[in-house]
Amino acid sequence: MSSPLNRQLLRLATAGSVDDGKSTLVGRLLHDCKAILADQIAHVKTVSEARGGDFDFALLTDGLRAEREQGITIDVAYRYFATDKRSFILADCPGHVQYTRNTVTGASTADVVIILVDARHGVLEQTRRHLAVAGLLRVPHVVLAVNKIDLVDYDESVYTGIAKEVGQLADQLGIADLKTIPVSALVGDNIVTRSENTAWYDGPALLEVLENANGRTDISGRALRFPVQYVIRPQTDDEYRDYRGYSGTVASGTVSVGDDVIVLPAGRRTTVSGIDRAVVSATATAVAERPSAVAGEAVTVRLADNLDVARGSVIVAADSSPGTRRELSATVAWLSERPLTVGARLLIKHTTTTAQAIVTKIAGVLDLDTLGVIDAAGLDLNDIGKVQLKIAAPLAADPYSSNNITGSFLLIDAHDGWTLAAGMIDDEEGELL
Amino acid sequence: MTATLEAPLNAHTVTELDALESESIFVFREVAAEFERPVVLFSGGKDSIVMLHLARKAFAPAGVPFTLLHVDTGHNFPEVLAYRDNVVEQLGLRLEVASVEDYIADGRLRERSDGTRNQLQTVPLLDAINQHRFDAVFGGGRRDEERARAKERIFSLRDEFGQWDPRNQRPELWSLYNGKHKPGEHVRVFPLSNWTELDVWNYIAREEIPLPSIYYAHERDVFERDGMLLAVGPYSQPRDGETVAPRTVRYRTVGDMSCTGAVSSDATTAAEVVVEVAASTITERGATRADDRASEAAMEDRKREGYF
Ligand SMILES: Nc1nc2c(ncn2[C@@H]2O[C@H](COP(=O)(O)OP(=O)(O)OP(=O)(O)O)[C@@H](O)[C@H]2O)c(=O)[nH]1
Ligand SMILES: [Mg+2]
Repeated sequence: MSSPLNRQLLRLATAGSVDDGKSTLVGRLLHDCKAILADQIAHVKTVSEARGGDFDFALLTDGLRAEREQGITIDVAYRYFATDKRSFILADCPGHVQYTRNTVTGASTADVVIILVDARHGVLEQTRRHLAVAGLLRVPHVVLAVNKIDLVDYDESVYTGIAKEVGQLADQLGIADLKTIPVSALVGDNIVTRSENTAWYDGPALLEVLENANGRTDISGRALRFPVQYVIRPQTDDEYRDYRGYSGTVASGTVSVGDDVIVLPAGRRTTVSGIDRAVVSATATAVAERPSAVAGEAVTVRLADNLDVARGSVIVAADSSPGTRRELSATVAWLSERPLTVGARLLIKHTTTTAQAIVTKIAGVLDLDTLGVIDAAGLDLNDIGKVQLKIAAPLAADPYSSNNITGSFLLIDAHDGWTLAAGMIDDEEGELL
Repeated sequence: MTATLEAPLNAHTVTELDALESESIFVFREVAAEFERPVVLFSGGKDSIVMLHLARKAFAPAGVPFTLLHVDTGHNFPEVLAYRDNVVEQLGLRLEVASVEDYIADGRLRERSDGTRNQLQTVPLLDAINQHRFDAVFGGGRRDEERARAKERIFSLRDEFGQWDPRNQRPELWSLYNGKHKPGEHVRVFPLSNWTELDVWNYIAREEIPLPSIYYAHERDVFERDGMLLAVGPYSQPRDGETVAPRTVRYRTVGDMSCTGAVSSDATTAAEVVVEVAASTITERGATRADDRASEAAMEDRKREGYF
């Protein structure tokens, strides 16, 4: 029997146009996996009946008053479930264009994005936008669920038509792994078990695909990147009097005792002298040494030489340092109603560094119809655009395509702290789009 | 068709509990680095105990660089208060207490007609945040607890009045948590957002974290009300027609003693609780919190006003 002690977490997000059935699919998936307990079912039954309708699966995730009044999803709902094989974090995202920022939020951490398309309506502008977002975020797996297949009499040709169109878009957007499934979220066809209603479809049900998908491509095999979050100096009168450790989470690669490393932005070389993990009991707070740590693990690293290392420093493998840069070309998803114009002064938050930035160029905006980049003077809400930035501090940055942690950043309004954009650093040679 | 996706677990796979632990530790360190006056809400309940355990891990071998704050309803389980005071003393922590009782005594708050006090915690909480100028407030809330909590960010902005605006939350991308806020605003931080009740219990078992004894099966005089087992005590007495009988019970949550229900249980260890929780057919709050049943959006309304 699997348990959280040996199971792996998979993060899922839904996407697709408004009313295509995302919340219904999530509710159905949870329900059919027996992840909904009796009191929640009773609650949804009561509310559904009070509205004079059938059991509304979407009410399992649409929990805000405004969502229930309007019958749409406004912000991401996170739900959790586990099967014998693994456990899942499910982010049910909104489809409405006004809430794209929330869909980007849900998709940014996803290992799998399930894009729904209403079989009756086919591919819509929001479908294209969400596909572009999934491609841009380099979500490892995309599943196209052609939903409401019950409403087109389980017609195979409708399914094949949509699958073909989305397949072409996915190719254009560089989405490498696309699976396609005909489903009815409402009826439960091909969600947890394969359905007789789609005898012409011989692929797996949605749950089978999810259970077999791997997480973010194993980033422990890549070059070491370790952004320092916080310096730990107990300054107590015990064995830790002179302790000085750099705490953080390994962003990529493996860090081992004895590794030759470079500390950026200073560029100084040193060796890893220790890697510590906390050991705490009811009364004692101590650390234990370990030989190495891999991507995703929160540890504390000690270095052989006494260098100037602080929050904002990044410890990298000596043989594959990204160096630092003060200028970036990047693709951004603009998530604010305040438009972006050339010359704007903003804050950039990149790993553990926050610095001032100036937008020096807006190189274009993604045209959702052609998926090409066209000229633009500025970026508006929900635009996906290409920009160049000049930054007040050197950043130890990688292209997003090789590292989604050292390759991503936020743009923040310096006056009120609002998050304006999600940024992905372009490959040096080529364009991301 | 799915063959290309197959990936067997290997030694380098970070498992569920380790992934959750690392995510929480990351959050604690971000806050320590980016805020000036963080505080951890500490009630002595299991979620706040796990939260404190994770905070200790985040900064070991140094101590926790945060103050603790308990918003005390005055309706406490004595075992929980004793646990709280013991932890504070043993770890040399600083504890502030905001007392609902004091507010009632001097008239700033009025006792509710049903006598329960969970709802009354909001004002003392917000006053304490203002008074101490806390800029980051760690809460032990989990998204799996309740449908409004399921919608909340890990870094959740509160305006000058402590209000949450669920329709206008900041985007939260990757693990780039944005803690920027204007003077007077603060950020609620939820390091356990992605933990489920079962994760919490598995973690308590794995880490051998001590808990107040009421979390394990014990005999207690209880009576039934609204399908919950309430303890006979100074704040809750049976009404006419409610009969008192000794039962073997444990608590799944601890809150205001007058409206927190116990569940029948024989589980005397964390490992046994794991088995029970895994087999449970009712959610934690559904089983134990009368105040959450009040209306369809009871929690959302309270959270909008500044509740935990
Ligand atoms: N017949 C049929 N109806 C469906 C199916 N899936 C969803 N619906 C209905 O479509 C409507 C919209 O469903 P939702 O699940 O709320 O859609 P959504 O994609 O979550 O919408 P937003 O989150 O607002 O973008 C509801 O009335 C559902 O009952 C399906 O497979 N078949
Ligand atoms: Mg929805």
